[in-house]
Amino acid sequence: MEIDLAPEPPSEGVADLTLGSQVRCRKYQVQTLLSLFGQRQHMTPGALFVYGHTATGKSLVVQTLLSYHKLPHILINCVECSSPRVLFEHILNNIPQNPDADIPDCDDDDEEEYIQCDDMTSFVRQLTNIVSEKPFGEQTLYIVLDKAERLRDSHIFMLPALLRLQELTGLNICTILISEIVWEKFRFGTGFNEPYCLHFPDYSRHELMEIMCLDSPSTCDKELYSMYINIVLSVFHMVCRDLRELRHLAKLNFPYFIEPVLSGEADATQTRKLWRNIEPHLKKALKSVYLREVSSQQWEKMQQAELENPDLEQTLTPSHRCQVELPYYSKFLLIAAYLASYNPMKYDRRFFAKNAGKVSKRSKLVKKNERASNHLLGPKVFPIDRLMAIFYSIVEGKVVPSAHIYVQISSLVSLHLLSQVKGEDRIGMPKYKCLITLDFIRSIARTVQFDVMRYLYDFL
Amino acid sequence: MVKRKSISGSPMKTSSPRKKSSAGPVIQTSEFDAFEELQKVLRMRISQIQRPPFISGYESEKKQLHDLIQRTAVTGESNSLLLIGPRGCGKSMLIRNVVESVCKKESVRSNLLVVQLNGLLQTDDKVALREITVQLQLENAVGDKVFGSFAETLQFLLTALKKGDQGSKPILIVLEEFDLFAQHKNQTLLYNLFDITQSAQTPLCVIGLTCRLDVVELLEKRVKSRFSHRQLHLYNKLNLSQYRQLCQAYLSLGAAFPDRKFADSWDQSIKELLEEVSVKDILERQFSLTNDVRGLMTLLTYPVCKLCEQHPRITAGDLVTSFKIISTDTKSAMLHGLSILEVCLIIAMKHLTDIYEGEPFNFEMVYSEYLKFARRRSGMQVYEKPVVMKAYEHLQTLELIRGHGGGQGQREYKLMTLLVHPTQILDALQHYPGCPTEIRQWATQSIT
Repeated sequence: MEIDLAPEPPSEGVADLTLGSQVRCRKYQVQTLLSLFGQRQHMTPGALFVYGHTATGKSLVVQTLLSYHKLPHILINCVECSSPRVLFEHILNNIPQNPDADIPDCDDDDEEEYIQCDDMTSFVRQLTNIVSEKPFGEQTLYIVLDKAERLRDSHIFMLPALLRLQELTGLNICTILISEIVWEKFRFGTGFNEPYCLHFPDYSRHELMEIMCLDSPSTCDKELYSMYINIVLSVFHMVCRDLRELRHLAKLNFPYFIEPVLSGEADATQTRKLWRNIEPHLKKALKSVYLREVSSQQWEKMQQAELENPDLEQTLTPSHRCQVELPYYSKFLLIAAYLASYNPMKYDRRFFAKNAGKVSKRSKLVKKNERASNHLLGPKVFPIDRLMAIFYSIVEGKVVPSAHIYVQISSLVSLHLLSQVKGEDRIGMPKYKCLITLDFIRSIARTVQFDVMRYLYDFL
Repeated sequence: MVKRKSISGSPMKTSSPRKKSSAGPVIQTSEFDAFEELQKVLRMRISQIQRPPFISGYESEKKQLHDLIQRTAVTGESNSLLLIGPRGCGKSMLIRNVVESVCKKESVRSNLLVVQLNGLLQTDDKVALREITVQLQLENAVGDKVFGSFAETLQFLLTALKKGDQGSKPILIVLEEFDLFAQHKNQTLLYNLFDITQSAQTPLCVIGLTCRLDVVELLEKRVKSRFSHRQLHLYNKLNLSQYRQLCQAYLSLGAAFPDRKFADSWDQSIKELLEEVSVKDILERQFSLTNDVRGLMTLLTYPVCKLCEQHPRITAGDLVTSFKIISTDTKSAMLHGLSILEVCLIIAMKHLTDIYEGEPFNFEMVYSEYLKFARRRSGMQVYEKPVVMKAYEHLQTLELIRGHGGGQGQREYKLMTLLVHPTQILDALQHYPGCPTEIRQWATQSIT
């Protein structure tokens, strides 16, 4: 094994392309990257930009390629670099000590002093000094910047300088940027040295199958597992192409799928039965686990409970997404705020006045314009007077306008159920906006037996 | 095998590959080494660290620059000049070339001091001054001295240079990314440099390199008045046939290559390659996109890097693939990887922008548009609001849609605009794998 690792130049051998069988379905990309890298002493293009969707193996391919061929490299995640200084010091302190080191962060036995650096000038100078002293001097040094879109928020000189690093230092350095965002969105100012862009296309359904079948448990038959993956993809593929998410979901729901086979209820060959068993379960997972409404741990627990006695199915599922316990008057205040936000002011009289007056036939038939529907455009601002007026007309019994009521309004604001709109007159006549959804207000209205739909203009 | 291992392990290797080949007893090894050398040479050219093999045009500019620097170096005259040209037109290359040719004279080389500053590296005046000190090798002279002002420090540096010799040495200061220096506070560095060139104490030549045409407008009045307003404009003046020649010059090995026979056959193959129709076509298309050298280099990167023992010659196919790689529409490529639900949302957004003539939309509108389609016109499963919201937010992280300021408020009602062109959507749908027919139809119909 060792013999063909160390001296061999990266060439298009079959063994090279699978990278020790860690990378699947990325043959073409690996090949292109390898040919761009060339041999160790070769000059590599100064900057590469690798882009593609989430979980298409960008970081995986680049990292395994570099560590498999033991090329000197430094990995950085730009999310971690809150300031240029952190980035500079990370790079300078992690320059691999010898060309055959497995891990870029060197052994810390001969603890050298921590190199400090806080501006670009000294970064370039120190980098030149360090790299030309190292034993791998002539080899290409790769600096891999993951999540490179964060560099745009850094100093304006950062991105252009990193892309030009080869020219600025005069060394054989290759900067690799990895991002999910296309290159056009990185350009700003007077432009800079354009990197060489490489696209990592998404995995097709077949490729997803192939990769996901890799983590089939040893207890399970390969064919059965690939059938299971097929079912999972048939439910989730329309919504999600993220390999990481799909793998997570497949792993989470597998016990449920395999259960009939284990208990002897179904045979491994009874595809239809297994399918019918798992599909509703997966659809439920789409609504809860995929949205992270229940954690995967909870989901596993629920699964266990369900397997033990299937009757008690709905107990733990979150039927009410939004459930907040509020005091009685607060609920009415919230309802009033919602009505004030989403109803046009001129219809208040019709909805809330005891004596609504005559409703002319013509105004009944007014056609609503779709675009004008408030549920599409969002909540409107209303003054506190209107809120209180609606509140008194919908709440039952006599309510004293005490300080408690006003405190409740401000506590609704601090709960982010209402928001106070910034304006000139914040004490005399404060204005508010309601920030909750229709589902939420309906569930609240249900608890106080108030039919909120009857009062909403959009749904009349 | 073993021999090569030891070679590649030692850092000395690349410095003497030619000697190795001549010492090698077998012809085959020399053949192999020639191939290695070829790759090394071509990759060096592509990376543009080395001087290019072929400088075209710029004769008068070169002469003018040569004159200017010569005058500073020999007669001790102070000057300032701006070199303006688009990215990749060869500003730095020209300066480097001229400085080299001026320094050919022994008297000049020993005399002239060159200081190179870059706006990307020297991000403020303090750092720039420190860099000047370092490049003039005066760190010891400055030591721990405390100076009152910037001008005083600069003055001290220049007089320190004077003390070493009888007369003062001429200094050439090259400011790359000059426009970034103009963004420094008060433009202190520029003011002081130009002031020195005007007051004629020390022979100083300041050359600024920039790609901004309005760079003079960026200067403050007092800086502008001290600047000599000497400007040199560089353009890519290549025409197509020159472009082809340039390409040939970059790819062929020339007389300097050690193995003559190999070089000759290689050059011949390149000549044949450039005569091919498809190659001519590719070069013409690349030329119509960008006519600068950098564009050519990106085009040549892939074919050159592709060279290996199994693939010893550049073929027309390589160039075609390379052009395909660099000219792919990135957004269509990203659209290709979206899930069907996300594609539906994109189409709904496209319709909304069509109907309301570029007005921004929010999630609720997109969702109701999607519902209209999914409920009435397709047999597709209709997804719940939160699932659709997740897809919508994914589009947002991919920056295919962008929010309109204002962080507060609900995310459902945040106004957004679509950043994909309708043709890109249709283009991506053409190549979308397994796209349901109803979605394709929905995309092409403008009014729902």
